[in-house]
Amino acid sequence: MLTLLVNVIGLLLIAAIVWWFWLGPKRHTAESVSGSEKLQILVKDGVYEPDRIRLPAGEEATLHFRREDASPCAEYVLFPDLEVSAQLAVNRDTEVHIPAAEPGEYPFTCQMQMYRGTLVVE
Amino acid sequence: MAEHAKHEPHHDGGPLHRFQLEGVSCAGCVRKIESALQTVPGVEEARVNLGDRTLAVQGEVSAADCVAAVEGAGYGAEEIRASERELREQQRAEEQHHYRQLLWRAGLALGLGVPLMAWGLITGEMMVDSPMQQLVWGAVGLLALAVLIFCGGHFFSGALRAFRHHNANMDTLIALGTGTAWGFSMLVVALPQLVPEAARHVYFEASAMIIGLINLGQALEVRARGRTSAAVEKLLELQDPTARVLRDGSEVDVPLEQVQVGDRLRVRPGEKVPVDGRVLEGRSLVDESMLTGEPVPVQKAEGDALSAGTLNKNGSLLFEAEKVGAETRLSQIIEMVKNAQSSRVPIARLADRIAAIFVPTVMIIAIVAALVWFNWGPDPRAVHTLVVLTSVLIIACPCALGLATPMSVMVGVGKGAEYGVLVRNGKALQQASDLTTLVVDKTGTLTEGAPKLTDIETHGDSDVLLALLASLEQGSEHPLAEAVVAAARDKKLQLKSADDFEAITAHGVRGTVDGKTVLLGNRKLMQREKIDSDAWHERAEQLADLGRTAMYAAVDGEAAGLIAVADPIRDDAKAAIARLLQLGLRVEMLTGDSSATAEAVAQQLGIDRVHADLLPEDKEKIVGELQGKHELVGMAGDGINDAPALAKADVGFAIGAGTDVAIETADVTLMRSSLHGVADAIELSRATLRNIKQNLFGAFVYNSLGIPIAAGVLYPFTGALLSPVIAGAAMAFSSVTVVTNANRLRFFKPTEEGEK
Repeated sequence: MLTLLVNVIGLLLIAAIVWWFWLGPKRHTAESVSGSEKLQILVKDGVYEPDRIRLPAGEEATLHFRREDASPCAEYVLFPDLEVSAQLAVNRDTEVHIPAAEPGEYPFTCQMQMYRGTLVVE
Repeated sequence: MAEHAKHEPHHDGGPLHRFQLEGVSCAGCVRKIESALQTVPGVEEARVNLGDRTLAVQGEVSAADCVAAVEGAGYGAEEIRASERELREQQRAEEQHHYRQLLWRAGLALGLGVPLMAWGLITGEMMVDSPMQQLVWGAVGLLALAVLIFCGGHFFSGALRAFRHHNANMDTLIALGTGTAWGFSMLVVALPQLVPEAARHVYFEASAMIIGLINLGQALEVRARGRTSAAVEKLLELQDPTARVLRDGSEVDVPLEQVQVGDRLRVRPGEKVPVDGRVLEGRSLVDESMLTGEPVPVQKAEGDALSAGTLNKNGSLLFEAEKVGAETRLSQIIEMVKNAQSSRVPIARLADRIAAIFVPTVMIIAIVAALVWFNWGPDPRAVHTLVVLTSVLIIACPCALGLATPMSVMVGVGKGAEYGVLVRNGKALQQASDLTTLVVDKTGTLTEGAPKLTDIETHGDSDVLLALLASLEQGSEHPLAEAVVAAARDKKLQLKSADDFEAITAHGVRGTVDGKTVLLGNRKLMQREKIDSDAWHERAEQLADLGRTAMYAAVDGEAAGLIAVADPIRDDAKAAIARLLQLGLRVEMLTGDSSATAEAVAQQLGIDRVHADLLPEDKEKIVGELQGKHELVGMAGDGINDAPALAKADVGFAIGAGTDVAIETADVTLMRSSLHGVADAIELSRATLRNIKQNLFGAFVYNSLGIPIAAGVLYPFTGALLSPVIAGAAMAFSSVTVVTNANRLRFFKPTEEGEK
C-alpha cells in the first residue's frame, strides 16, 4: 500500500513538473510600454518582474531595470538577438535602450539564463 | 517604492539626486526652489548650493518630479548623473557588502553544520529512538530551521518566486534539496512511528552544511568575478575625477561631469587629459599608448586633437573641450568593451539550450532515481531514497554550465582592450579564432601609406640634383612630387622657384630652375626629349624589381640620374606576417598598385598570393570569391576605402582607430596601427575559445558524472551512497572552478610580447 502510494506520488510529481515548467499555459505578468513611457522591471529573487514586455514595433524604447539582488547572477541583462546588454547597478534604476526592432519575440536573460524574460515586439 | 527603501543599505533618507540649476542668482531664488521642493511628496531634504548652482535632493522621489517642481518655480534644472566612477565605487561597496554577508551566512551555517556532522561521524548516533532523543533532536531541528531561514532564506524566496513564474533555477534545486532533508528529519523527530526503525535518522547537519557550503562557494565566486572586470576598471581609471577649467579668467577645478563642450581647460605636465578637445595654446609631448598602443609619445601643438585619458608629459596645454562625457573616445571604447563583454558567443548556444531545461530535468531525474531506490534498493530503503533524492538535487549545477562562456568572454574581451584590440561582440571573437584566410590591404596596412623618396642616384652631387628636382616639383600636387619635396625639406635644402612648369601627361614634368632646363619623368619622356639615358636603364629596372617607382632626371639635355620613390613597408609588417603564417593562416594581399610593385612588396614580406590592379569595389568581390571557396575570411584594412570589404569579410579588422567609419564597420578594431594587432586578436580569440571549451567540457563532465554518482550508480562497487554534504561541496566549488579557469585568461600574452 505504502509502496504504491509513494510511486504514485512520485509519478504525479514528475507529471506536475513537466506540466508546470514546460507544457502548461504560462501566466506572465505582462506589461506594455510605448516609447515615451517609463517601465520599471524589478530584478529580484531570480525573476524579472514583469517578465513579458510588449513594445510597439519600429520604435525605440528605454527600459528601467531595478536590480535588488546583490548576487552576481543578476549583474547583467542580455538581449542576445538585439545585441543589447547592460550591467545593472544594485538598488537603482539602470536604463537599457532598446533599438527599434522587427515584430517578434526577443528573449532576455541574465548571463546564466536563470533570470528569463521575453520582449514582445508587435 | 516604500518596500524598495528597505533595500537601500547606504541611504537613510532615500537616494540622493543632484541637479544643475539655471537662472539662479540670489538667496531669494534659493528659498523659492527649496520650498517648492518641500511640497513634492517623498522629498526629505532639498538644499541649493548657490556657489556652484547645484541642488541636492534626498528622498524617495523621481528626478522628473524634482525638475518639474523647479521649473514650476520659474527656474531650470537638469539632473547631474552620477559619474561612472561614483557608480562604480558604489557598486564596489555593494559587492563588498554582499561578499561579507555571504561569508557571514556561510560561517553561521557551518557553525551549526560542522559540529553536528562531527557528532554524527564520531558517535554515529543520529537516530531517534527515545522520547529524550526526540526532544534533543527537535531542538537541533529548530536551530537548523533558523539556519535555513537566516542563511538560506534567499534560496527559498527565490525558488518560490521563480516557481510562480513557471521558472526553475539554482535556488529551486538548493531549496528543494535542503528542504527535503530538513522535512524528512523533522518527520522522524515528530512522528518516528511513521518511519521504519532502521530509517529513523536525522539529516539536519546536511541541510545546514549545504547552505553553508553554497554560501561559501558564492562568496568565493563574487571574489573571483571581481577580477574578471579588471580590464574595464583599468580603462575607467584613466579618467581623473576633476578637470581644470578656465572660468572668468581663473582656473577652477570642477567635477568631470560638469565640463561642457566649448569650455577651455588647462592640463599641466604629468596630468591626464580629462576630455576630448583641440589644443589652443602650448606644446607638449602626450603619451597616447593607453589608447593606441603606440609607445612613443606624440608631439602636440596648437590645432592638434587631444583624447581623454592620455597623459600629458612635459608641457602645459590650454585646450578647448570638443567632446565630453559619453561622447569621448575613451568612453566609447569603454562602452564598446562592456557591450562585447556581455555578448553571447555562438558556441554557447548548446549550453544555453541545455541550461534552459536543466533544472526541471534534474528534478525529474532525482525523483526517478529516488523511486528506483525505493522500489528496488536495499534496506534501509527510506534513508537511501532520501539521500539519493537530496544528493541529485544538490549536486546538479546549472551555474557552471551557464557561467562557462560569459566568464571567458568577459576576461578575453577585457584582455583584448589591454592590448588595443577591441572586439565588437562574441560572434566576432569566435569567428576570429576559426579564420583560414586573411586578406590584407597593402596601402596603409602593410605600408606607411605615404610615398617616400628611397633612392637618388647621380654621378654628381645628389643634394644639388635633389634641390633642382624638388624646386621643379614644388608646384605639382602629385603624391610622388610630394615625396620628392618632403625629402628635400628633410635635408634642409634651399628650394628655388621654377619657371615654365609643365606637366606632360603620362610622361613627367619639365620646367626651368635657376636658368637650367630640368626634366623629370619616365623613360618615355627621355625618349621623347631625345635624351640618352641608356646608362641608367639597368639600375632603373633593379629599382623597379624592388617595388620602387624610378624616375629619370635630366638637366640641360643631359641625363643626370635617377630618383626612386616607394611607399615604404612598415617596420613591423614582415614580423607580423610571419606570425600570421605561423598561426596557419593563408595571407593574401590586395592592392590598387600595379602588379610589379605589388609583387615586389609581397616578396619582401613573404606573401605568396597577390591581387593587384584592383579598383576599390574589387576588394569586396575578392572576399566574396574566397568565401565561395568555403574559406573563413578575415580582412585587414584601414577602413577608409575598405569599408565594404571589411563588412563583407567574416571578420573585419580595422587597423588604426583614427577613422570612425572603421570602428562602425569592423568586427575588430585595432587601436594600434600595426598588423601585429591582427595576430594579437587571432591569438587572443583562440585562447579565449580554448578557455570556453575547457569550461564547457568541465561543466558537462561535472554534471554528467556528478548526477549519476549522486543517483547511486557506484553503490554496487563502494557499498555507500554519496553524502548530500559532499554533493553540496562539489556543487559549490564547481562554479568557482569555472570562474577561476576563466581568470587564467588574464595571463594571456601575445607571442610577440613573449619573445621580447
